[in-house]
Amino acid sequence: MSIGTVPMKFRVSIDRDQCMVCGRCVENCSYNVFRKEGDTITVNPRNCVACHRCLAMCPRDAISIEERPIDYRSHPLWTTEIREAIYNQARTGKIILSGMGNALPYPVIFDRLVLDACQVTNPSIDPLREPMELRTYIGKKPAYLEFKKSNSGDAELITRIAPNLKLDTPIMVGHMSYGAISLNAQTSIAKAVRETGTFMGTGEGGLHESLYPYQDHMIVQVASGRFGVDINYLERGAAIEIKIGQGAKPGIGGHLPGEKVNKEVSVTRMIPEGSDAISPAPHHDIYSIEDLKQLVRSLKEATEWKKPVFVKIAAVHNAAAIAAGIARSSADAVVLDGFRGGTGAAPRVFRDHVGIPVEAAVAAVDTKLRQQGIRNEISIIASGGIRESADVAKIIALGADSVYIGTAALVALGCRVCGTCYRGVCAWGIATQRADLVKRLDPETGSKQVANLIHGWTDELAELMGAAGINSIESLRGNRDRLRGYMLDEALMNVLDVKSVGA
Amino acid sequence: MCGIIGVIDRSRERLDGSSVREALSKMDERGNGQGSGYVAYGAFPEFKDLYAIHVFFDNIHESKTKVDTLLSEWGTIEHDEEIPTNEHAAIKKVHTPWRYFFRPDKTLMPGSRTPDDDIIMHLVMKVNTGMPGVLIFSSGKNVALFKASGWPEDVADFYRIQDYKGYIWLGHNRYPTNTPGWWGGAHPFNLLNWSVVHNGEITSYGTNQRYIESFGYKCTMFTDTEVVAYLVDLLVRQHGLSLEMATRALAPPFWDEIDRLPEKDRTLNTAIRMAYASALMNGPFAIVIANEDFIMGFTDRIKLRPLVTAEQGNRLYLSSEEAAIRMMEPDIEKITMPRAGSPVIGRVIA
Repeated sequence: MSIGTVPMKFRVSIDRDQCMVCGRCVENCSYNVFRKEGDTITVNPRNCVACHRCLAMCPRDAISIEERPIDYRSHPLWTTEIREAIYNQARTGKIILSGMGNALPYPVIFDRLVLDACQVTNPSIDPLREPMELRTYIGKKPAYLEFKKSNSGDAELITRIAPNLKLDTPIMVGHMSYGAISLNAQTSIAKAVRETGTFMGTGEGGLHESLYPYQDHMIVQVASGRFGVDINYLERGAAIEIKIGQGAKPGIGGHLPGEKVNKEVSVTRMIPEGSDAISPAPHHDIYSIEDLKQLVRSLKEATEWKKPVFVKIAAVHNAAAIAAGIARSSADAVVLDGFRGGTGAAPRVFRDHVGIPVEAAVAAVDTKLRQQGIRNEISIIASGGIRESADVAKIIALGADSVYIGTAALVALGCRVCGTCYRGVCAWGIATQRADLVKRLDPETGSKQVANLIHGWTDELAELMGAAGINSIESLRGNRDRLRGYMLDEALMNVLDVKSVGA
Repeated sequence: MCGIIGVIDRSRERLDGSSVREALSKMDERGNGQGSGYVAYGAFPEFKDLYAIHVFFDNIHESKTKVDTLLSEWGTIEHDEEIPTNEHAAIKKVHTPWRYFFRPDKTLMPGSRTPDDDIIMHLVMKVNTGMPGVLIFSSGKNVALFKASGWPEDVADFYRIQDYKGYIWLGHNRYPTNTPGWWGGAHPFNLLNWSVVHNGEITSYGTNQRYIESFGYKCTMFTDTEVVAYLVDLLVRQHGLSLEMATRALAPPFWDEIDRLPEKDRTLNTAIRMAYASALMNGPFAIVIANEDFIMGFTDRIKLRPLVTAEQGNRLYLSSEEAAIRMMEPDIEKITMPRAGSPVIGRVIA
């Protein structure tokens, strides 16, 4: 035993009575857990990340995986994760990389908010029998409309409405770049958002040529590395998003390991093959809010003021004031990415400890913008930890216009949230660029899965609204009266501006 | 469930309150004796250019001097009086109703296009949020408002509404669920010259409230109806929308209908829904709104509450029930039911 050896995370066992030694587990496991030796399968459980690919492919259900069969002596302070982080760093002297979202057991605010329904004094509305409107416009709205009387005496609208994105459902898919995820994963999502009348983000990875047919449903991202950005890219997007920060790693830039940069990724990103794509922490042309304004307006100028420009920030302590600044920068939407937001690769210390939950950020931003009378200047897109339709309903009631989902869309594609995206060998063909793995994900099947998820959530949202006696989404937006806090502390209820259950 | 009656005489010929009392009492099935009210336009011809500020005092000795002082700081009280009431067995007089006829000093609100109205609104918000035991429940010019906890006929007799004349009357018979028995919670609700009666429950109240409060209004009456008055004030008085446009914002057509309109109308209706999304009122309602020039009735977008309308000569009636209208106009011939969300508007012609 050497210093810092850790017990295995997963025990993988094979029921030898069931196993027919077909070798599918060997072929499918990209983490090299299984090996065929003679007429038996041997197992190296230390390599297992519990991605379940082997379970899904084993024709005889012969494999079982058990989490932490041998754990440390339990201790509330010196948790397993803390101890292992120390062993790891004592060995390597490096920053620890991690994947997916925040892994600490903070209370989930969503789970302490409950929705309302009508009883007696007003009727609930049945979406199967009555119209139910989920159409959402993302972008600037005028504070008021101006009319003039035409010669025929009709009122004629003078006010021009700035370009908005028209969504059939308030659910969009957030920015996951080509590079971080595979082209088949992006294609699956692209087909799904086109089918469901919504939008997806390209992430900071450029727009692959094969996705041009879906460009009317694409929000192209401009991040601090400016990877993949040229005028062709900007002109193709339905909207442009400036990424300042990300919920999974506020304050630092993106990181795509060179292993994931193959030829196609390199061309799309406009970087050399095999090179790490490391985005700077800040944009080197944005050192203040007025610089942001210049970039927003430059992007608009470059695209002839035809496209909305979003600004995405990580939800941090001062998000409300920052968002108010963004609202005055000519930007059309602000994306608030909460600290549960997922990522392909982030330092563990950032993923788990920096930023605030999206629920509090949306509540604070909506309130601040209303106090300043500029809520109409900008749409609020919430992301980071949206797990189900109830979360969508709750965040809209707190004040968001729409949401980005990320992890949920990947789970629809088969992701098991194993959290090792940064290793680039995703066995489900999602967070990898290895051709043999990528081809495991069929874009036709994948798009159906993602579209089904969006449809399912949209239907549930319609049912929740109908039960609350609301037949259009704008009457849910900011309707905190229809939320109640359950076991939330008073300070947080004040931030969220919701009453307690029973009140 | 609540009962509504509204009438306008377009030639401004005034009628006294007795027939409105009869009509409203016809709808007692819709109320529960916990709140009724009336409003009359044209009730104070001798003070018609002054704001008639109506106040409920919990304890007049404790609070009246404060209100007098505040008003005097902002203008001149030309006349004030206790609102005459009859002793009535069925009505427990928990407040002292008072009215001031007030002339604001417009030089005190520099930079405003409507300094008089802005001073009154400021005073209403200030008193209702910051002065316990005092509620300003009406503040229009030439507008008399009467409300209390009780059946319509009892409230009418308590205030002797047969002694008042108006060319517009609204009446409301309430079945309160959220603030039973509170006088301030009875309808009509009023701000400046706007009065509102409402049957229903606004499920979008939270959204509407957050929206309207970002324009400086304060919802203080613990009930959803007051937000309607503020929304109409914002859209029509402050933003200059026509009444038709304002109802398009408050109870807009469905997107499906909008998408089928010719391009110009589609652009217009889309713009209204986009700009005024947070003003959209959801949930079941029938509402009648009045100001000095018109009454307007409309329902929610899927008409979950009744509204009927009738015309006779110069008079337009709006009510929850045909029976109520027939109490006032037995031989009426033209009775119709407006479409969901479409406004019915009666304007003065003189």
